[in-house]
Amino acid sequence: MISIVNAILFLLLAPIIGGLVTGIDRKITARMQGRVGPPILQPFYDVGKLFEKENLVVTASQNFYILSYIVFIIVSGALFFAGGDLLLVIFAFTLAHIFLVLGAYASNSPYSFVGAERELIQIIAYEPMIILSAVGMYMVTKSFFVGDIAASGMPLFLYLPGVFIGFLMVFTIKLRKSPFDLSTSHHAHQELVKGVTTEFTGPNLAKIEIAHWYEDVFLLGFIYLFFAFDPVIAIVAIIIAYLLEILIDNTFSRVKWQLTLKSAWIVAGMMGLVNLAVLYYLAGVLI
Amino acid sequence: MTYLKKSPWLLHYDASSCNGCDIEVLACLTPLYDVERFGIINTGNPKHADIFVVTGGVNEQNREVIRNIYDQMPEPKVVVAVGICATSGGVFRECYNISGGIDQLIPVDVYVPGCAARPESIIDGIVKSLGILEEKRIQMKERERQNEPGASPGGGER
Repeated sequence: MISIVNAILFLLLAPIIGGLVTGIDRKITARMQGRVGPPILQPFYDVGKLFEKENLVVTASQNFYILSYIVFIIVSGALFFAGGDLLLVIFAFTLAHIFLVLGAYASNSPYSFVGAERELIQIIAYEPMIILSAVGMYMVTKSFFVGDIAASGMPLFLYLPGVFIGFLMVFTIKLRKSPFDLSTSHHAHQELVKGVTTEFTGPNLAKIEIAHWYEDVFLLGFIYLFFAFDPVIAIVAIIIAYLLEILIDNTFSRVKWQLTLKSAWIVAGMMGLVNLAVLYYLAGVLI
Repeated sequence: MTYLKKSPWLLHYDASSCNGCDIEVLACLTPLYDVERFGIINTGNPKHADIFVVTGGVNEQNREVIRNIYDQMPEPKVVVAVGICATSGGVFRECYNISGGIDQLIPVDVYVPGCAARPESIIDGIVKSLGILEEKRIQMKERERQNEPGASPGGGER
């Protein structure tokens, strides 16, 4: 059931796809703002440059935390694409972000601390919805294994429209897109300096960036799962979802952490739980 | 590798500038000049920056700040002094509280004169600094190679 080949393919291709997606994202964002924008390959240049820089650390444990962060992101993504247990994937995914927060806390910098606090709030905000998505997929397909869910051929999106909308909201938080880019942002380079990444330089920052690419691909894979019954529809859905995120990113201003937490939970509750409740009571009729 | 030249991130610090040059620096980021098309990002964080752009001269208030920011930037790094005040102190040179240009305090690699320096000349100065940045990277690599046998296990810690 577990496909090693898929895991290895993810390991090799995800940074390339993730980097390209980020580059296209930056280009489209620039065009939306009436600018020319950087080349599509700019994210790769950035990471290449960061590896050429000196690794300045406040405490040596920062290196360990960032290494753990990228390793656990890769583990969660590889497990997902290998068709593993969705709950284990989510567990490893959360653990990875806890390592990022610990890395930020380790540096004893007030800016980094604020970023770490905000990253924790974001984790609290999105975690229920991600678990609800997994539970919803289980309720429809009777399996927590990604392989089984993808192979079930059931139109998950039609059973879980509320969960999908809730997941899109989480997707915005996870991609660090504008209304919810509290802890660190792709645009606000000066605001609260740079959140969790403040104290990371050169190679460590590059690792955070690469981990973010892996994470992007993993989340796009999660969207794929909702439409797994037809790969063409799934890919179109992924493209539309991502373009929507870019549009939201460029049209909304940043909200406060209170609103992030409230809106994420209200959407998770309204859309996710109601969707699951309907599924539960109509289980005999629908599935 | 020449990634450094393709993705210079700069840090802008207003020493004792009158804001004339600062506005011109920010003008470079607007859609008209859009420096991001060269991969240039205006970071607010010395730890992420490659190029230190300073406007205005050194006075007693900002002496420590400039020093501190410069020390926090990871190698390789270059300093670009934008505006005549940053290059030499300009009309404030004789003031009792001004020590002169930025080069009185930290090594400056590129001077961009002008009052205020125009966005075109600022971009030109930054592009010029990229060559120096690349040279410094090669020097840094050589230094690392020489230190390799007895290098400290901590890497870049200091």
